[in-house]
Amino acid sequence: MKDKTLQIVLALSCIFLIAMAQFGMIGNYIQAVFMFVGINIIMSTSLNLVNGNMGEFSCGHAAFMCVGAYVSSVLSVLFFGKTLGDPLLPSYMAVFIFPIIILIGGVVAAIAGIIVALPSFKTRGDYLAIITIAVNYIIISAIENMSFIGGSRGFQGMKDTVWAMLDIFNGPWMLMWVTVFTIFTVWIIRRFVSSTYGKGINAICQDEVAAEIMSVNTDKMKLVNFMLSSGLAGIAGGLFAHIVGYVNPQSFNILKSTEAMVMVYLGGMGSLSGAVLAAILFTGLMEVLRSQALIEFILSPVTFVFPEWEPSAGVIKWVLIPLILVLLMQFRPEGIMGNKELSDWFPKLKKYYKFK
Amino acid sequence: MSLLNIDGLTQRFGGLQAVSEFSVDMKGGELMGLIGPNGAGKTTIFNLISGFYQPTEGTISLNGKPTAGLKPHQVTSMGVARTFQNIRLWHDMTVLDNIRISQHYRMGYSVWDSFLRTKKYIRCEKAIETIAYDLLEAMSLKEFAEELPKNLPYGLQRRVEIARAMSIKPHLLLLDEPAAGLNSSDVEDLIKLIRWIHENFDITIFMIEHQMKVVTSLCQWIKVIDFGATIAEGTAEDIQSNPAVIKAYLGDDNI
Repeated sequence: MKDKTLQIVLALSCIFLIAMAQFGMIGNYIQAVFMFVGINIIMSTSLNLVNGNMGEFSCGHAAFMCVGAYVSSVLSVLFFGKTLGDPLLPSYMAVFIFPIIILIGGVVAAIAGIIVALPSFKTRGDYLAIITIAVNYIIISAIENMSFIGGSRGFQGMKDTVWAMLDIFNGPWMLMWVTVFTIFTVWIIRRFVSSTYGKGINAICQDEVAAEIMSVNTDKMKLVNFMLSSGLAGIAGGLFAHIVGYVNPQSFNILKSTEAMVMVYLGGMGSLSGAVLAAILFTGLMEVLRSQALIEFILSPVTFVFPEWEPSAGVIKWVLIPLILVLLMQFRPEGIMGNKELSDWFPKLKKYYKFK
Repeated sequence: MSLLNIDGLTQRFGGLQAVSEFSVDMKGGELMGLIGPNGAGKTTIFNLISGFYQPTEGTISLNGKPTAGLKPHQVTSMGVARTFQNIRLWHDMTVLDNIRISQHYRMGYSVWDSFLRTKKYIRCEKAIETIAYDLLEAMSLKEFAEELPKNLPYGLQRRVEIARAMSIKPHLLLLDEPAAGLNSSDVEDLIKLIRWIHENFDITIFMIEHQMKVVTSLCQWIKVIDFGATIAEGTAEDIQSNPAVIKAYLGDDNI
């Protein structure tokens, strides 16, 4: 029983969170923050597979989020929305079809991941990084030129599916789905990286030549890893699209990829728990620094000297977050967790869970 | 039938002829040495055998099967293991993991099994773990199973690298300068280890080595190459008195 403590605590806190949302104890804004935490956890843990475990440098992770977002949005609108003609399915099916739509988005994003995986057979490091940036632009530009899904004006109508779910039962559906898919992502990555199969990825990171000579099929491992990573990013994209209710190719540009990268480096390369913690911390920081009062408080010594200067939170946020990164890279370049997991830092934690 | 048959192997890198017309025929259970001055093309031959380079000319066949066009990991799964001149362990993973990852060629389960933790997955992982522990036990490395290789002394790192190569259960073991960087007592241990491996496993060993002590005490047959060409071959005594070999190593005295 003791070794299930973590699972029980996790399950109870998720149920507690959803119940609080259901009974109106937390508002829509707080719910949205929790949902973005979930999406960022999916993004950072999936990018961590490539940047951390495999030691490659992918800077185009948002491209796959974009593919997932568009594919699931289009399917969602086709099935339950009115933007692209009459809905194909009756609205009561939304509850069952929605997770399938999100998963299909993930599968198509995984297939798009092959675009990066194939060059990675021959290329490494900086060169592959440039390819990933190029892929990010290719995908964004391709979607911008598809006028039947809105092009650069963006695409909307996914809220119909969410409303269809709300018609059946009035509850925090999106919060629940984000929770489910976040746990699914961490669970699947955890299983992958702890298997002998998945550890081949770490072997490629540490010495690719030795990996190849010791019978690790490096090409196949790279393909599997890139597809898994981009597929999970696609799931994050699908969820994002349904939360916001509107997608635009430019919201998945290199800035979004950078955000995911920042979370990976903040958490520590190759550390799954680090990526999760960093995603929570980063999203929290982004939201907290929106507060004008807080920014004014932090900068009160400066404004005391220069009384005519009125700092705006929206601008100062983008000074403070990069500054935190600079300081982090200077004083703790390995990130919060290094390449260790939480259980390596606190060995007593191991008593409270047992993952299969 | 011969285990390793190399016929007329030639490798050119642009204008440089790294290996020319190298031929060898090894029967099962042999222990052969390959020596030559620096830059003679010894490691290139190993890279050709293990599939890193595709030969410009000539054929390599293992147990009668040609290896042309195969990737290194495919050659490895045919039973060819090798070590490297400078130790190439995965230094940030435990010794046990180093051995376990080398079992990829007989993993027996797919990525889906690793997600779903099927019965097949559990059975295969258990088998891999048993193999790894048995091997570490046999190589007297069991106490270091949970250590990181980078924290081990150099001699032990060599031993771990040879253990990792042995975990492939190879028919042919290629050792690239196993004694490089070892002190004299480590070299004694290494000679004992290689002899023990050769006697206790059904294995053929092909080794590159500079230290004559290792070569003369282990190898039954020695090939000498210089500038890619074979200049002599024979037993240790023949080689040591061969004028062409002395000339290649020490240079001509009438300059």
